[in-house]
Amino acid sequence: MTTRMFGEPIQRREDPRLLAGRGRYLDDLGHGALAAAFVRSPHAHARVLDIDVTDALDVDGLVAIYTYEDLPERVADPLPLLIPHPALTHGRTGYPLANGIVRHVGEPVAMVVATDPYVAEDIVDLIQVNFEPLPAVVGIENAVRAERLVHDDVPGNVGAHLVQEVGDAPLAVDTAPHRLEFRLDIERSASTPLEGRGVYARPDASDGSIRVYSSTQTSTSVRFAIAAKLGLPATKVEVIAPDVGGGFGVKIVHPWPEEILVSWAARVLGREVKWAEDRREHFVSSAHERGQVQFVRVGFDDEGRVLGLDVRFLHDHGAYTPYGIIVPIITSTQLLGPYKVGAYRAEFTSLYTNTVIVTPYRGAGRPQGVFCMERTMDRIAEHLGRDRAEVRSANFIQPHEFPYDQGLVFQDGRPLIYDSGNYPEALEKVKEMIGWDEFPGRQEKAAAQGRRLGIGLACYVEGTGVGPYEGGHVQVDSAGRVHVSTGLTSQGQGHGTVFAQIVAEELGVPIDAVEVTTGDTRRFSYAVGTFASRAAVLSGNAIALACRRLREKALRIAGEALEADPGDLEIVDGIVRVVGNPRTAIPLRTVAVLANPLRYAFDEEAVRATQFARSSGDDGPPVPEDDEPGLEGRDYYSPVRSTFASGMHAAVVEVDPDTAEVRILRYAVVHDCGRMINPTIVEGQVHGGVAQGIAGALYERMAYDESGQLLNASFMDFLMPYATEIPRITTGHLETPSPLNPLGIKGAGEAGVIPVSAVIASAIEDAEGIRIARMPISPDELFWLRRRAETGEVERTGVVKSDRAP
Amino acid sequence: MKPPPFTYHSPSSVEETLDVLAETGTDGKVLAGGQSLIPLMNMRLAAPAHLIDINGAGGLDVLRTSDDGVRVGATVRQARVERDAEVFRVQPLLRWATGFVAHPVVRNRGTVVGSLAHADPAGELPAVLALLDGTIEVVSRGARRTVTGRDFFAGPLESSLEPDELAVSAFFPALPDRAGASFAEVARRHGDFAVCGAAGLVELDDDLRVAAARVAYVSVGPNPVVLDLTEACGHRSPGATDWTRAADAARGRLDPGADIHASAEYRRHLAGVLTARVLGEAGARAHGAAASGDGAHSGALR
Amino acid sequence: MSEDVYEIRLTVNGVPRSARAPARRLLSDFLRHDLGLTGTHVGCEHGVCGCCTVLLDGAPVRSCLMFAVSARAHEVTTVEGLGGPDGSLGPVQRAFQECHALQCGFCTPGFLVAVTALVRDARAAGRAGPTEEEVLEGISGNLCRCTGYQNIVKAVHRAADLMAEHGAEDGGEP
Repeated sequence: MTTRMFGEPIQRREDPRLLAGRGRYLDDLGHGALAAAFVRSPHAHARVLDIDVTDALDVDGLVAIYTYEDLPERVADPLPLLIPHPALTHGRTGYPLANGIVRHVGEPVAMVVATDPYVAEDIVDLIQVNFEPLPAVVGIENAVRAERLVHDDVPGNVGAHLVQEVGDAPLAVDTAPHRLEFRLDIERSASTPLEGRGVYARPDASDGSIRVYSSTQTSTSVRFAIAAKLGLPATKVEVIAPDVGGGFGVKIVHPWPEEILVSWAARVLGREVKWAEDRREHFVSSAHERGQVQFVRVGFDDEGRVLGLDVRFLHDHGAYTPYGIIVPIITSTQLLGPYKVGAYRAEFTSLYTNTVIVTPYRGAGRPQGVFCMERTMDRIAEHLGRDRAEVRSANFIQPHEFPYDQGLVFQDGRPLIYDSGNYPEALEKVKEMIGWDEFPGRQEKAAAQGRRLGIGLACYVEGTGVGPYEGGHVQVDSAGRVHVSTGLTSQGQGHGTVFAQIVAEELGVPIDAVEVTTGDTRRFSYAVGTFASRAAVLSGNAIALACRRLREKALRIAGEALEADPGDLEIVDGIVRVVGNPRTAIPLRTVAVLANPLRYAFDEEAVRATQFARSSGDDGPPVPEDDEPGLEGRDYYSPVRSTFASGMHAAVVEVDPDTAEVRILRYAVVHDCGRMINPTIVEGQVHGGVAQGIAGALYERMAYDESGQLLNASFMDFLMPYATEIPRITTGHLETPSPLNPLGIKGAGEAGVIPVSAVIASAIEDAEGIRIARMPISPDELFWLRRRAETGEVERTGVVKSDRAP
Repeated sequence: MKPPPFTYHSPSSVEETLDVLAETGTDGKVLAGGQSLIPLMNMRLAAPAHLIDINGAGGLDVLRTSDDGVRVGATVRQARVERDAEVFRVQPLLRWATGFVAHPVVRNRGTVVGSLAHADPAGELPAVLALLDGTIEVVSRGARRTVTGRDFFAGPLESSLEPDELAVSAFFPALPDRAGASFAEVARRHGDFAVCGAAGLVELDDDLRVAAARVAYVSVGPNPVVLDLTEACGHRSPGATDWTRAADAARGRLDPGADIHASAEYRRHLAGVLTARVLGEAGARAHGAAASGDGAHSGALR
Repeated sequence: MSEDVYEIRLTVNGVPRSARAPARRLLSDFLRHDLGLTGTHVGCEHGVCGCCTVLLDGAPVRSCLMFAVSARAHEVTTVEGLGGPDGSLGPVQRAFQECHALQCGFCTPGFLVAVTALVRDARAAGRAGPTEEEVLEGISGNLCRCTGYQNIVKAVHRAADLMAEHGAEDGGEP
C-alpha cells in the first residue's frame, strides 16, 4: 500500500542539502561576477545638487558609475505602482536612482560596478554628492499636521483616504447603553530576513537573453518587470529565485530598483553583475511595516456585545506607495476578527513620511487590526467588570453561521465572507491550555511573594489564500520520477515537502520519486507569488488539480494497455493496477513512455513499453486531436474568494516590579488552518510567527529621529530576539476544513504573528493594572507608565467612569 | 559592509610590535581579538591605515594567578578567563562579569585586555578593573608604566594609551579576606550591552560588619564610575543592612545619559535597583566567606 | 591604490587549503568566495547574527569578525566539515532534520557549528549533553528569524542523544 502522505508529519526533503552547506543562496552564486554597490542618501529629504565622481575614477577595479542621467528611457521611468486603488488618489513611486530629490535615508543615488565588493564600497565612499537638505516629515503626527510636505504635489501628505462601513456605526455607538473612546498606537517594525535582498544577472550576448537570479518572493513578476524595463520580450528573460534566506513580505515588492539596475548594467557591460544587500542597507533601503495610530469609538450592551464600532486610523506608508495601500485595507477589513459587530465603520488616512517605504510584513496590517479589536474587547470587559474571555465569547460568530458575510470588501476586491471556523471551541481550548480559569488564584499567590503576574488573550481571523491564481505542472518521466513545478517561490516554508506530499497522495507514487521546483520561470511562467499565506492554498490546490488531470490520462492509457476500464484501475506505489487484481499492472513509468508516440529506445523502459503498444491499424493521427504527447498535467487554481483561518493565543507574563522587565512565562496557541498537509511544518510556521510577534511586542522598532535618521540600523540596536528571549510555545490545532477548495486547506504562514502584541499588552495590563495602549513596550516605557500612573497622568485599569449618554 | 584597506603587520615579538607602533603612530591600531574593532571597520566607522596583529607576538598569551590577583596577558581570550578555576578562586568577579560580555562565541575570540583598551563605558570589564583598583601594564620602546583604571579610561572609547604604547597585560587584584563580590546587569536582550550594570564589592571588619562597600557601574556616564557607598550602608552586618539606602545614595550621585534603549531617569532608577542587588549579594557572600573562615565563595556561573 | 596580497594557507575541514587575498579579506568572505565554501553564511557582518560561525582550532568564532590573514596556519571547520567523509549528515545535522529545526536554512550553518562545539564540550565534561540552560546560553549568539528557536532547542538535546547512541563513532572532534 502507498503510505498515506497528506496530513503526515514527515521530515523535510529540502533539509539534507541545506544542512550539508549545499544551499544555493543568492550570494553563493556568481563567483567572478562584477560587484554592484550603491551610494545611498544620508538625508531623509534633500535635493541632489551635484554628484562628483572625480576621486573615484582612479581606483583600481572601477568598472562603471551610473547616476540617474545615465539611465535610458523606461529604466529611468518612475517605478511601477503595483496595486492601484481608487482611494489611492495620490500614489507616488520613486525612481531606480534618485531623480533630483531623495525622500528617505537610504534611497539609491548612484550605482557603482567594480571588480569586487570591497572595492565597490571603497568607490562608494569616494563619490561626493552635494545635497541641499530639505525639511523632513517623520512620524504620523508630523505627517498629519502637514506643516511640511514629503511630495510638493501631495497636499496634506495624504496618499489615500478610504471609508468602509456596514450600518450606521456612529449612530450605533451614540445610542448604545455603554460607550468608550480611546487611542491606540503601534510602531514600525520590519520583516528582517537573515538574508537580505540580492540580484545576480547573467547576460548572454549570443542570443540577447538574460538570466536573473533574485532573492525574491515573486520570480515571475520580476521577470515581466525586467522585460518591460529593458524592452525585451519576456522570452528573453529568465528569473530564478534560488534558495531564499527568509522573506516575510519584504521580498514580495518588485521590481526593486536593484533588480532593474543590476540587470540593465549587466546587459550594458556585457558582464555578469551581482549585488548582495548588506545588513545596514537592508534597514534603510528595504521596506518596513506596522506604524499606525488608531482612534476607536465603541458602543456595547450590558453583555459586552458590540453594537457599534467606529475606527479611524492613520497609517504611515513611508516615502512612496509602490505596493499601494494593501496594508491599511487589510487592517480595516480584518479588524473584526471572529466577531459580529452591530455596525462598523473604518476610515483610514494613509500618509507620506520621509522614511523607508511601508509594504506588507508577515501579518500585513492584521496585527494592527487585531491589536485594535482585542484592546477594545479588553476595555469592554474591564468596563463591565466581566471576564475578558466571556466578552469575546458573547461576540463570536457561531459555527452554524458560516458562511458569514461581514459586508465589507476584502484586499482581493471580493466580499469579506468567512467560509468556516469554530471560534467557541478554539477559545475553550486555549483557555484550558493556558490555565485561564485557575489563573486568578495563581496570580494572587504570586502577588503574596512580591511577584507580578498577568494573563492575556487575543483572537484573530486571517483571510488567506487570496487569488487571483496559481498553477501547477506535473510530469512523469520514463524513469518514474515525478517532476512538479509551480511558479510561486519558497523562503523556507517547506514547499518541496508539502507539495510532494500532495502529489504522492493524489498520484499514488512514492514521495521519494517526487521532485518539486518553485520560483523558476524556466519551469513555470505564470504565477503571482508567495505572500498572504497563499502558497499551500493556491499552489497546493493547483498541483492537486494538475495531478488529477495527469491521473486521468494515466488511467486512460493504462486502461488501453491493460485492456481494462480506467474506472477499475488504481495507482499504488507508482504502479497502475486493476483493483482487486494487482497482478494486472503497468508501472507509471511505462505509461509515461506509452504517452509519447515517438518512442526511440533510449532506455529499457521504452523497450518494455513496446509490449503494451497499441495495435496498429488505427486511422486517426498518432496524437489524437484532444490529446498531447507525454504524461503531464497542468492546471490552475483560482479561488472565488479567500479562505479564513483563525486562532487564539494566550500568555502569562511576569513583570519585574523593580526593573520593569517583562518575561513571558507561558505562551499557548490554538490554530485552525483547515486540513493540515504537514502538522510539523504548520507548527514550525506558528512558532516562527509567534517569535516575530514577541519581537514586535517587546523588542523591535524602528527608531527614527526627527530628522529621519534611523538610529538603530544594525542588529546591535534593532533587537531581534535570541533563543534567550523566546519562551516555550505550546500549540494546539483545530482542523475546520475550508469548503472552498478541493483540499479543504487554509493558509498558515502569517498566523503566528498576528495577535501577539494584543496578547502581551493584555497580559502586561493585567499584571500592572496600568492601561497599555501603545506597542511595542520597552522596560523604559513601562517604567515611565508606572511613574505617570503614580501621578495620575495615565489611567489605571478598573477605574470605571460613567459612560451613559447625557 | 566590507572593511577599508589597511597595511597589515604581524610582528613576531613584543619588541617588534613596539617598533611598528612607534613607526605607525596615530595611524596604527592594535588587533588582538578584533571583536570590537572589526565591526567598526566593517561599518567603516574606523579606518586605521595600519593594523598590528599581536596574536603572533609571543609572550602575551599568559594568564597567571597568585594569591595577590590575576594577571591577564594581551591576547588571553575572555572565554579562557571565564572558565579558569584558579581565576575564579582568586577573583570570582572576573567570571561573573565576563559571563555578561556579549555571547560565548564572541568571548572565544575577544580578549580581556582588548575590552579594557576599547574603553567602552558599556563594557563590563572596565567596570571590574575600576572597582578592584586593578592596573594595566603598558609598554613602549624603552619604557614601561603601570596605569590604574582611573587613569586609563579617558572617555567613551578613549584610553590614555599613547599611539606608541601597547597594553601588554591587566592585573585584577584578588578578592580580599572577609569580602564578597557580585555582578548584575539589565540588558534588553541576553548578551547585549547593558542598559545598566553594576559590579559590587563588600568587605567586612573583624566583627563582620560592613567595612567597605563599593560599586562600579556600566553604561552610566562616559567612564566606568565607582562609588564608595560605605557610609550609606551604616556599618551593620550584611544581614542587618538596608541596601536600599545605598541605592538611594547611588541614584543621587550618578548622572547617566540617555539613548534609544533607555532614558537617563530609567538608568538612574536601574542603577539604584542594581546597587541594592549587587551589594546585597556581595554582602551575603562576604558574610558566608568570613563565617566559613576561608576565602571560598559560592555561587553559580552568574 | 593597490593592496598587498597575501598567500593564506590554513587547514579547512581537515584539508590544507590556500588562496591569495588582501589583508582586509574577512575570513567569512575568504571561505565563501576564495575557497568556494559557501555553506558559511553572512547575515550582518557586525558579529551579531551568528550565521558565519565557524570553528577556529575547535572553538566557535564569528568568521565575519576575523581577517583571513589572521587565520593563517590555523584549523577551521565549516558546516561542510560536519558530515561524514561519505557525505552523510553528522549527528547535529541529523538532529536538526528530525526536529524540523530549520526553515529557510540561512542561519542553520552557524547554529550547526555552534551546537557541535556545545554538545562536544558537554560530553567532554563527562555529561550526556548540555542542560537546558546551557543550550540557551550556547545558542544565544545566533539569530534565527524563522523557527522561533523552539525546534532548535529540541534539536540540540536530540543531537546529544544521537551522539550518545553512536558513542565514539560520532562523538569525536569534528
